[in-house]
Amino acid sequence: MAAKAQAEQAEKADQGDQAQAGEGVKITARGVNVWYGENHAIRDVNVDIDDKTVTAFIGPSGCGKSTFLRCLNRMNDTIEICRVEGRIEMDGQDIYAPEVDPVLLRARVGMVFQKPNPFPKSIYENVAYGPRIHGLAKNRAELDGIVEKSLRRAALWDEVKDRLSAPGTGLSGGQQQRLCIARAIATSPEVLLMDEPASALDPIATAQIEELIDELRAKFAVVIVTHSMQQAARVSQKTAFFHLGELVEYGETGQIFTNPRDPRTESYITGRIG
Amino acid sequence: MPDRHILRAFDRDLREIQAEIMKMGGLVEEAILESARALAARDPELAEKVRRRDREIDALEARINEEAARVIALRQPAASDLRTLLTVIKIAGNLERIGDYAKNLAKRTAVLVNMPDIEGAPRAIRRMAKEVEQMLKDALDAYMRHDAALAEEVRQRDHEVDQMYNALFRQFLTFMMEDPRSITPCMHLHFIAKNIERMGDHVTNIAEQVIYLVTGELPEESRPKATGFSEEGLTP
Repeated sequence: MAAKAQAEQAEKADQGDQAQAGEGVKITARGVNVWYGENHAIRDVNVDIDDKTVTAFIGPSGCGKSTFLRCLNRMNDTIEICRVEGRIEMDGQDIYAPEVDPVLLRARVGMVFQKPNPFPKSIYENVAYGPRIHGLAKNRAELDGIVEKSLRRAALWDEVKDRLSAPGTGLSGGQQQRLCIARAIATSPEVLLMDEPASALDPIATAQIEELIDELRAKFAVVIVTHSMQQAARVSQKTAFFHLGELVEYGETGQIFTNPRDPRTESYITGRIG
Repeated sequence: MPDRHILRAFDRDLREIQAEIMKMGGLVEEAILESARALAARDPELAEKVRRRDREIDALEARINEEAARVIALRQPAASDLRTLLTVIKIAGNLERIGDYAKNLAKRTAVLVNMPDIEGAPRAIRRMAKEVEQMLKDALDAYMRHDAALAEEVRQRDHEVDQMYNALFRQFLTFMMEDPRSITPCMHLHFIAKNIERMGDHVTNIAEQVIYLVTGELPEESRPKATGFSEEGLTP
């Protein structure tokens, strides 16, 4: 409880008033197609991702939701046989333009993966790494500040503040995932992509991550890929349903889960064979 | 959309709960018809039977609510499944109210058999009860068949029940003014007519739930209301 109150205070100090959901469009995707070799993985996807909003991508395995997520910070660039067509803009700027440095883009669009993957380094170094390589801190004191702020925002500070030099890999699964979130937000990104961030965690750690996602929404656009429809329902304001590489339906989460427009969405979220 | 869940037990749960609704609906239809028949035939025994059977209706409502809560907790229904369960709860609530009105009709019948007959009234009331029962039957059919058009038709038919009630109301008023000795039976009969009119409103609610179940939205525009009494300040 005390930890949360403190974290909240820290939030308020550097954030001003809490931002509301749905403050304009952050990312625009138009006519996006992705191929893995011959396999047409994403088919003509158009979507507007809102700022300061949690957007959930749901759909059966192999529907393309993770592939599309990875387009948003050009993670697919690292896969040789992968070809991306169409236009993806962040704040009106084409993120696939030749002058865009993917490394800098990924500092603006952070990512958290399914399995917590802390570096085999200290807790402090895990968080300090990004800000250091991007030159975000002038001196040690500033870096200390960023590390503390990021750990607080990831709701981990009170659990680790006395052992910052202990290895990050020694934390519990849930703590490791929050450490990875702290690492992802240490570079002050604008968008946070999360690929199944809680699927390897127990229910309590999952609830903590979900609570954290809801808090992060005040600061970032969050896009989460999840297999758990209940998780999508719990944490997101917008939901996109992918099926066979197509974006079948995209809308307000409450609407998707009470009254989906497309029968394929209905079949999927009600657990019918589809 | 395929109508089967991957998890078959979920289908069984939904089927069972809807079977209970249909059973409850059947009991309520019977209660409407039998209470009206008891009144027309001045049959206190039949009236007593309707009163006794209301307990069964109440117990079914409780069971349906419990079952719906259990399914919501265990299956986390979404979309049409969620709407099915929400409507099941609401329909059970409306059926229970209709059952109560039928019980009240039976209670008043037990009193009315000891009073002078009011010419034509029991027959008119029975016609009205039959109309409401038919509406209920159609509303429940619409529910089972997911037929929003039929539900909308039922909703519109409530207008006729309202008009029947209005006609009876005027008639009773005339009787009471002509002969003050008829006031007691006419007041009972008036309450009966009013209760049947209320049954019609609950059937309308059920029809609206069917529309919600099928379309995901409650009908917006209000139904035609024809009382003709509100201007006269005579609406009871």
